[in-house]
Amino acid sequence: MISLILALAFAGMQDMPDTDSAQAVSEAAPEQPAPEPQRDPVTGELPVDPYEMSDAHAGATPFAGTGMRDAFHGQDGIRRVVNTMVDRATNDPRISEIFVSHDLVRLRRTLFEQFCYILNAGCTYTGRDMASSHRDIGLQIDDLNILVENLQAAMAQEKISFSAQNRFLSKLAPMKRDVVTR
Amino acid sequence: MNRLIDPVRIACILVLSASTLATSHAQDLRNGGKLLLTNGVSTIEGSGGGGLATWSTIAGNATQEGIGAQAHGTVIELPDYNWTSYGIALGFFDRVELSYARQNLDTIDIGTALGLGRGYTLNQDIFGAKVRLAGDAVYGDSMMPQIAVGVQHKRSSDDAVVAAVGGASPNGTDFYVSATKLFLSHSVLANATVRFTKANQTGLLGFGSATDTSHKPQFEGSIAYQLSRRFVVGGEYRTKPDNLAIAREDDWVDLFAAYALTRNVTVTAAYVDLGSIATADKQRGALLSLQAAF
Ligand code: HEM
Repeated sequence: MISLILALAFAGMQDMPDTDSAQAVSEAAPEQPAPEPQRDPVTGELPVDPYEMSDAHAGATPFAGTGMRDAFHGQDGIRRVVNTMVDRATNDPRISEIFVSHDLVRLRRTLFEQFCYILNAGCTYTGRDMASSHRDIGLQIDDLNILVENLQAAMAQEKISFSAQNRFLSKLAPMKRDVVTR
Repeated sequence: MNRLIDPVRIACILVLSASTLATSHAQDLRNGGKLLLTNGVSTIEGSGGGGLATWSTIAGNATQEGIGAQAHGTVIELPDYNWTSYGIALGFFDRVELSYARQNLDTIDIGTALGLGRGYTLNQDIFGAKVRLAGDAVYGDSMMPQIAVGVQHKRSSDDAVVAAVGGASPNGTDFYVSATKLFLSHSVLANATVRFTKANQTGLLGFGSATDTSHKPQFEGSIAYQLSRRFVVGGEYRTKPDNLAIAREDDWVDLFAAYALTRNVTVTAAYVDLGSIATADKQRGALLSLQAAF
């Protein structure tokens, strides 16, 4: 019974934004159809609503010193790890669907910045905070574990020692509460 | 007879509540989602843990999204005994664990010495239940462990032997509280458990003695280092009561290596020092355990 009420309430919540945007569209419609979002010709990214930028949005404080940066083979290694992880995740039949219709160009860039910032490899993080970027995805702990496996495989492919892999994961582990919402 | 009713009633309530939980989730179960090895290794008492020591982890590979199961078989080769145990544990939504294990201690020649007959085997059944109360062994605040409480109801099938060695009862119930955390920044998993028990040699020699029938707090500690996703090495220490007048009982120590052959199969090998068991000292030997988990 309780779950039925919750389900109804949830369905209601999901409907709301749709009706809002439908109204917005019908008001604008008589002039011209809403333009398709255009990718930035330089970055290849889709526009996002404005937000305040801060390194604090990376969700973790960076490591001190250069040990972790070196363990990940600098910015080049970090970029390879992020790209391999995103490639694996978007091809992993258990979670690939979650990434459909998200801006993977932006995701690769912001993930790189986040990892690079946390690993103290000389980046600032310009993405959104973890809670607001995952709030509407509805992730379960199983999704996070699968992404962690993809990340572990990417780090292993980059020949990063297992202890350094775990040290990095220790920075991500507390973010579970912001990322897993179901 | 009263003794039997309580555990059975508790077990029924637990199974019922677990199955209501299960049916309310049944639409969208998602099984097998735990990270490799984070379900631990079934103990010789059937609960999820590290082999000898019980942990707060819930058996089976399922997370809060599913139902998991884990079965184990363990042999311990000792100078004067052969130990075997096997069992099964179910994990419901990473919250509740129900377990059963059977322990057999083949006394070989000691059986003759104790007047039981050569190869006399001591047996007991162990029914366990565990509930995770708080925390997460892997994620979340690195200083907040996963905490669980549990019970193990044990029933020796050797009433006459238990009485002969001076055990007060062939049945008993252990209660424990356990905290487990994987400290990722050091690749170290640590566990501490306090068990309230009156079991003699985990219960194979019964519970309490004529002069002492109270539960006493005992400590179980494990520390493990993760060498890779699949491979963990570590050690455990487990204190035990020493209730019986006729035979000293020692604390237990082990050094183990566990390897996840696949997502479902883990082998554990250990050097164990079980001290003195029923008058036979220096029971040091090898433990081999095979576990299948889903
Ligand atoms: C601790 C774990 C995680 C971290 C550190 C992380 C990091 C990030 C970052 C930096 C962004 C970009 C934010 C922005 O666009 O400004 C992002 C977005 C995203 N993440 Fe995660 N993430 C985590 C877990 C997950 C998991 C488990 C999944 C799914 C399996 C996931 C799927 C996504 C998706 C689909 C987006 C795009 C959201 C959008 O288009 O607005 N993330 N994540």
